[in-house]
Amino acid sequence: MNRSFRVPRIRALAGIAGLTAVAVIAAGCSSGGGSGSSPSSSGSKKLTASAPGITASTITIGSHQPLTGVAAPGYDEISPASNAYFQYVNAHGGVYGRKIVYKVLNDQYDPTITSTDVHQLVLQDNVFAIFDGLGTPTHLAVVKYLNASKIPDLFVASGCECWNETSTEPETTGWQIDYVREGKILGKYLEQKFKGKKIGYFYQDDEFGQDGVKGLDDEIPKSQVVARQSYNPSVTNVAPQVTALKAAGAQVVVSFSVPAFTALLKLGMLKLNFNPQLAVSDVGSDPITLSGLLESFAKQGGAKVSGNALTQGIITDGYLPSLGSTSNSWIQLFTKIHSTYLKKLPLDGNVAFGIAVAYTFVQAMLKAGRNPTRQDLVNAINSGLPQGPSVAPYAYSASNHDGITGAYIAVIKNGALSQVGPVQVTDTSASGAVTTDSTSPQAAPASGIPSP
Amino acid sequence: MTLARHLGAAIVVAAIVVLLSIQLSAYRDYQLAEVAAYLVAVAGLTVLIGLSGQISIGHGAFMAIGGYTSALLLTHLGWPLALILLASVVVSAAGGALFGVAAARLRGPYLAGATLMLAVALPTVADQYQHFFGGDQGLSVAITTPASLGATFPPTRWQAWVTCASALIALILLANLARSRVGRSWRAVRDDEVAAALSGLNVARLQVLAFVVSAACAGLGGALLAVVTGIVAPGAYTLTLSIALLTAAVLGGLGTLPGALWGSLVLVLVPTYLTNVGTSHGLSSGASSSVPIAAYGVILIVVMLVFPAGIQGGLRRLFGSAVDTPPALSRWRVPFTRSAGTSPPPPLRPPAQGRENQEEGPS
Amino acid sequence: MQEFLEFTLGGIATGMIYAAIALSLVLIWRGTRILNYSQGGMAMFTTYIAWLVIRDTGSYWAGFAVALAAGLVLGSVLEVAVVRPTENKPPLNAVIVTIGLLILLEGAAGIIYGGQYRSFPAAFSIKGLKAGSIGLGISPNDVFTAAAVLAAALILALVFRYTSVGLRLRAAAFAPAVARLLGIRIGRVLTLGWALAGLFGALAGVLVTSSTFLYPNSMDSIFVLGFTAAVIGGLDSPLGAVIGGIVLGVVLSYAGGYLGSNLVLVYGLAALVLVLMIRPTGLFSSATVRRV
Repeated sequence: MNRSFRVPRIRALAGIAGLTAVAVIAAGCSSGGGSGSSPSSSGSKKLTASAPGITASTITIGSHQPLTGVAAPGYDEISPASNAYFQYVNAHGGVYGRKIVYKVLNDQYDPTITSTDVHQLVLQDNVFAIFDGLGTPTHLAVVKYLNASKIPDLFVASGCECWNETSTEPETTGWQIDYVREGKILGKYLEQKFKGKKIGYFYQDDEFGQDGVKGLDDEIPKSQVVARQSYNPSVTNVAPQVTALKAAGAQVVVSFSVPAFTALLKLGMLKLNFNPQLAVSDVGSDPITLSGLLESFAKQGGAKVSGNALTQGIITDGYLPSLGSTSNSWIQLFTKIHSTYLKKLPLDGNVAFGIAVAYTFVQAMLKAGRNPTRQDLVNAINSGLPQGPSVAPYAYSASNHDGITGAYIAVIKNGALSQVGPVQVTDTSASGAVTTDSTSPQAAPASGIPSP
Repeated sequence: MTLARHLGAAIVVAAIVVLLSIQLSAYRDYQLAEVAAYLVAVAGLTVLIGLSGQISIGHGAFMAIGGYTSALLLTHLGWPLALILLASVVVSAAGGALFGVAAARLRGPYLAGATLMLAVALPTVADQYQHFFGGDQGLSVAITTPASLGATFPPTRWQAWVTCASALIALILLANLARSRVGRSWRAVRDDEVAAALSGLNVARLQVLAFVVSAACAGLGGALLAVVTGIVAPGAYTLTLSIALLTAAVLGGLGTLPGALWGSLVLVLVPTYLTNVGTSHGLSSGASSSVPIAAYGVILIVVMLVFPAGIQGGLRRLFGSAVDTPPALSRWRVPFTRSAGTSPPPPLRPPAQGRENQEEGPS
Repeated sequence: MQEFLEFTLGGIATGMIYAAIALSLVLIWRGTRILNYSQGGMAMFTTYIAWLVIRDTGSYWAGFAVALAAGLVLGSVLEVAVVRPTENKPPLNAVIVTIGLLILLEGAAGIIYGGQYRSFPAAFSIKGLKAGSIGLGISPNDVFTAAAVLAAALILALVFRYTSVGLRLRAAAFAPAVARLLGIRIGRVLTLGWALAGLFGALAGVLVTSSTFLYPNSMDSIFVLGFTAAVIGGLDSPLGAVIGGIVLGVVLSYAGGYLGSNLVLVYGLAALVLVLMIRPTGLFSSATVRRV
């Protein structure tokens, strides 16, 4: 007996009922992010819900970060550090009395998940702005969407030049020094200090590494570069690249790599008995992260050697004060925040980064006014921001959304950056010179909170 | 008459979807579009595994082919969307044919191994030819809502319409195919390859055809997903995606099209839900972001142990014939071991015993 | 010439790791006809346990021994608790269950230990060896790795061939109904098979993690390549697993070194498809192809 005449209609109806039920449940479950604005307290100045994500008492911002997966190590400390600074600000009066609510979603460094996360933050959680989105390929997935929806996309955590497109993407700004500038500053130092020596490049095979190499090539004569080896972050075997660098006779190796691959480079060099001078860009040279990664190898054979032994002498650059300068007012602020809110994490470059960029956000929010709209926030940045913890000035203007414009050269000594020479600033063009910064760094405000 | 019935059901569902997309918030529309995109890929995979008895843990690779095809066509040639989707289907079908021919003699775990390697190796091509494929950064995919709908029409609703329409068309075609002679031939090959060959079926050609069809569906799903998320990059097509498709197909109910729907819903909604539960309990980032991952693993294990026939099978047990699928589709058996071509005899208990317990379900 | 030597020796060293994973997959396949997708996850988890022991006691060998023991325990526990219930069910269910196990293990490791990359010590020095003035591209630790895997494989082969336990394992895999009739407790034998597989996985994990980092996903790519090695060698054949591992390691080393590292996995795919087109069930399997 053929049941099939009855079945499809019932099947379809069941399917429809199922779908509807699911949708109703799903719609009901969606609690919606920003709650309705509570009646403003009887303060002297009235705070209003001036924009989506802003209520009389809260400011909600969102971010996508790789909290698990390949890119997580080290970088997963940044958002808790930023959140710690926001909690500090909230505990000391907030931004014009409003508390900052920071919602972070894990995108596992997968651009598809980044897109879903950002859609959730914008459409469901109604964030005021996206802050510190981390990762070049991941953030590129959402830049067009954010600009089309006119959501401020602030201080992207990546040094790609892609965030400085003010004509087509006015909502997006960078913050950290971009990789081309870094390459030029490193390149000029190496060219001066190692005249005539053979130089080899080791770089990540994406915008990060390629921009760095572009900067290096602007300053280092082509004839000095004997090898250019790139790596893919999903392949942890770098033996072929190290073998090639050694075979070319490189006496100096410059690396634009993430910390894990800096460590792998160092290990590979050990295995091949290859010992050139190593120079590593800021992103991959945090001494604490590196010695943690190299720790077990330094303890080889029971010797009482600290992990720092393997990082000693590495040349790098820095754009925040060195964590070794304990008398620096910014380092004192970072230490205070760390000991209050972040005891489980080491006080390393990632934590400093997180606090510093959060400080910059608060600067921008204060400048945007008491009842800001989204456009007010972008305008606040376009009119320039004071230097803050950065060692060099920001480039922010209506036509330039680059962040920090310079850095100092440093050598790693005993697990911390030891500054060598003055802060250098430059631009991203091939011909722009690398010059000494003439501005002086600012001290941290005593309260730890920027003034409006 | 199959076609007429399927079309009728589809029209009703289409009307419901349109109503739903207007009622739902923009974010839910976005999720609806995601579900529809995954649904197409999972449906193709469930047909491949459930009907033709071949396994694939590499269908993410075909989604990548479809996604990149649509991105490249959009960027370089600017074709209309429908044409782009069609082209993605054709190109991934070609990829499926190529792989199907190379893997025609493989069975069971050997086929699984080959598809696994495919899933892992294919996205690396994008890193090699960076200038063309955009490397790790990938290529962006941006479609515009047609002007005829007005300037204030929400883009997420348009995406939901496009993806659901494509999904419905694909499902109709798949359902018809399953009921046709090809579908019956597939099931014959799946159940006993030697007997099928003896009765004159061209086994190799049928196997390749199954791969072509499922790869085409995966390609369409990949193109739709690219449209919804706005980007194609190697990081979007990792092994995790292929495994997710497989788990969705089996979790939902292997070989059944409603099962593909349940699996896709789980795939899109559950991880977000788990993360929200985590953050609302005050779990911040760091170690606690692994909680949703561990929970998803537990769900997979528990559902497979409690509902061995997947969600669709569980629904059948609970609600009886109301959610029944036509007998042909429900009787799925995957002779993972039998057709593997290895000489030692099948596992410990006579397989038939297990299956009898299953068939008892709706009484 | 030196480069060639470095690539060859390095490839063999890496290949032994793939061989260890392949061996554990073959063990489970022969005994239970299940493909254990969580093999890499199990190896990662036991390596974390080793890391804890080493950190607290300072002794590498204590950690090594604990890891192997943990592998035995983990394998048995998983078989009894999670895999046994899938016996009567369609085979794909076991696949999904092992995938669920993999995800669960990775999530659990992330919760317990956190996601950061940790460095894991090596048993011996990692500084490269030299033959006279020619660098060999491998270190004493690499030699230890290869030797350990080979020794373990040899012991396994001896156990299979010359002990009654081994005989029971082989009987249960080859003719389970008859074995049962002869009084062999099939259930216990299955558990033993999984325990041994856990042991091999733990060995692979501890050996390989010293040249990379320990994090929840650290064994993922190694598992994929170990699986490929098992398929190349033939899922039935332990000898095939070892040879498949070495061949794969060397081929990938040459490909990565001479042809560029971007497309290494594509070359691996090509090698796999090539082997399977010639012999669809792997190089050393004992399968007979049915022709009609």
